[in-house]
Amino acid sequence: MALLQISEPGQSTAPHQHRLAAGIDLGTTHSLIATVRDGIAQTLPDSHSQHLLPSIVHYSSNHPPQIGQTAKDLACTDPLNTIASVKRLMGRGLNDVKTTGTRLPYHFIENAGQGMPKIRTNAGDKSPVEISAEILRVLKKRAEDYLDGELIGVVITVPAYFDDAQRQATKDAATLSGLNVLRLLNEPTAAAIAYGLDQKATGIYAIYDLGGGTFDFSILRLQRGVFEVMATAGDSALGGDDLDRILAQWIMQSAKIPEDAPPAEIRHLLEIARQIKETLTTKDSVLIQLPPALNNNWQTEITRDQFNELATPLIEKTIGPCRRALRDAHLTVEDITEIIMVGGATRMPIVRECVAQFFGKPLHLDIDPDKVVAIGAAIQADSLVGNKKGEEMLLLDVIPLSLGIETMGGLVEKIIPRNTTIPVAKAQEFTTFKDGQTAIAIHVVQGERELVTDCRSLARFELRGIPPMVAGAARVRVTFQVDADGLLSVFAREEISGIHSEIVVKPTYGLTEQEIEVMLTDSLTHAEEDVATRTLREQQVEADRVINALRAALQIDGHHLLKKEEFLAISAALDELLKVKAGQDAKAIKQGIDRLNQVTQSFAARRMDHAIRKAMKGHHIEEFTPGNS
Amino acid sequence: MSDNPNHFQLFNLTVTFDIDSLTLAQHYRELQRMIHPDNYINAGSGERLLALQKTAQINDAYHTLKDPIQRGRYLLNLQGYSPSTEFHKDPVFLMEQIELREELMQIQQLTALNEFLTRLEQRMRQLIQQLSHQLAAQQFPTADITLQQLQFFKRLQEEALTLEETLT
Repeated sequence: MALLQISEPGQSTAPHQHRLAAGIDLGTTHSLIATVRDGIAQTLPDSHSQHLLPSIVHYSSNHPPQIGQTAKDLACTDPLNTIASVKRLMGRGLNDVKTTGTRLPYHFIENAGQGMPKIRTNAGDKSPVEISAEILRVLKKRAEDYLDGELIGVVITVPAYFDDAQRQATKDAATLSGLNVLRLLNEPTAAAIAYGLDQKATGIYAIYDLGGGTFDFSILRLQRGVFEVMATAGDSALGGDDLDRILAQWIMQSAKIPEDAPPAEIRHLLEIARQIKETLTTKDSVLIQLPPALNNNWQTEITRDQFNELATPLIEKTIGPCRRALRDAHLTVEDITEIIMVGGATRMPIVRECVAQFFGKPLHLDIDPDKVVAIGAAIQADSLVGNKKGEEMLLLDVIPLSLGIETMGGLVEKIIPRNTTIPVAKAQEFTTFKDGQTAIAIHVVQGERELVTDCRSLARFELRGIPPMVAGAARVRVTFQVDADGLLSVFAREEISGIHSEIVVKPTYGLTEQEIEVMLTDSLTHAEEDVATRTLREQQVEADRVINALRAALQIDGHHLLKKEEFLAISAALDELLKVKAGQDAKAIKQGIDRLNQVTQSFAARRMDHAIRKAMKGHHIEEFTPGNS
Repeated sequence: MSDNPNHFQLFNLTVTFDIDSLTLAQHYRELQRMIHPDNYINAGSGERLLALQKTAQINDAYHTLKDPIQRGRYLLNLQGYSPSTEFHKDPVFLMEQIELREELMQIQQLTALNEFLTRLEQRMRQLIQQLSHQLAAQQFPTADITLQQLQFFKRLQEEALTLEETLT
């Protein structure tokens, strides 16, 4: 059949080739990368057989940045240039940083209270996004060396309770590191995949995920490959790190070390505290001996009970979100089939006791709590790139915090309530207050409280280009759309004139496209490739993707959904793209892609409707029991 | 199926208030398996956007039909009945609401709150039953009133849940 012969000779679409994809757990204290090989998901080690990469970056004026264990070794001697726990700063403002993390020992740059703060280092001022990108680059290289090929795409996990700004910052970091993000996946959902697919589980699962810096609690219904998140709750600034800090403070008080001790000492104390915390998971007591540099002759013993007493208030803070998620899902603890524990902090006996007591049932700890999230992400990545044929998996996740807009008097009007399944789109109509008004400002916030000041500001949108009319006559329909990554975008259209309003977005904590561009240029100055090469490469990859997808679509649906003229028009655009793709002009390739997308638009829409009809085929209205009508 | 199916048609259900929630959920999942953006990761940007929009539409339809209050409103709308803009002032109902509100303000303990919430749920179930009969009998104005009353209970329930967070 003619339609099947459109691939070029010698350029097979190779549908059964294994495509390289990976899952990344970008954690507060450490990060991992995992991939599926021969049907088994596994985390990848570095050349020293270490799977966990400490999420620490050290900057210096005369070397490229050092990442991981080598950076960690420098944390105590050069604390101001050694950035740890950067995840806590993603998508956050300086005020959040000051209130959430107790005195992070960095030199923050005041940016007039606007946006994410940068950190002053010997290698210049660094944004949290750039610092995270360094960590991602190391993981990317690790996977590509191991797999001996370029990654098509990755799934990066984020705490379920991350807001839009924190998610966007994570995605920006990936873009900066040259990774193609297939999906941002919520960490507890990733853990459920790792467990669920392993055991062909069915039932209602609660995921308790206490990591280094974040806490998530999600309730999922698992049913034959469908992972449906029923509710999620958490605290994006609560984790094992906080316990280190509490213990370090206790030591400082006991040993009479002044609160304004130099950063190097504080860093050192935090490290000592972390070691004590870890030792106390297996031992009943530890002797704390401070090195001479900190306090010469002080030493004391701490028992697990003493430590538990310090830790309890913090751990009890995690029970509130558990209760709220149960309530949102209309469930009680009795409805939960199993509890899955995720995150290094769940190794602590006090955490396990507390959770087991609340749910009144034993906990699941079969998979290493440090690795389970990366493994789940790898399985999802493998499935998304199409390696898993037949074993379909469907993830239905939710938005963790309500989205709203500011109304008169600083109040919040909720547009999309928390725990709504994503993707979701909600439209709202706005009008003008004054005659001839041509612009409207919209302030989007995220959170559950009634006052704007108690919620997190996400962005200010300005709709411009509204045709001048009398007050109240314009009808601007604004659509708030949250995609499957949990990321918000906003569209506007004036209904009477049909004019699409121009939207100027000012993200409150995020980066503008120009800022990302600048960072990208900076990051590539020392690299082998330059920006132009990278852009060309990206366009070529995108072109390949579009071409392959279209060929597959034509093969399946072309013969019955397209008229001859339509097919010819599509073929012409396809040939045109193939021609420019072989060249070096990134702009021409982009135009070719856009043109192809344009001519295939109605084909795509027809395919979608066809798919819907096919899904519902075989279901007849008669199948309902008579009493129901 | 027409080009612009209503929510019931989208899931291949009869247009009626009493729907089988298991069938709805099953048909919803089958649609999602085909249309969810995860299936279009490797497609062109146009197709990806389309999948996103369609999935959002399916989610919206599902959540409208799943919730009895929203389903009731949607059905009234489909029947061409525009809901009254004024609140129906039934003195007995208003008295009950005032008393329940006063009771809620006095609650200081979780057990008392849970008992209160259970009672609210019972009353809401009664009203939903009533709504079902009214819609089946095509008594749209009275169905509209029941929906208004359900809305009152829902708001009360939300306030009670907010209180729960402060009590724990």
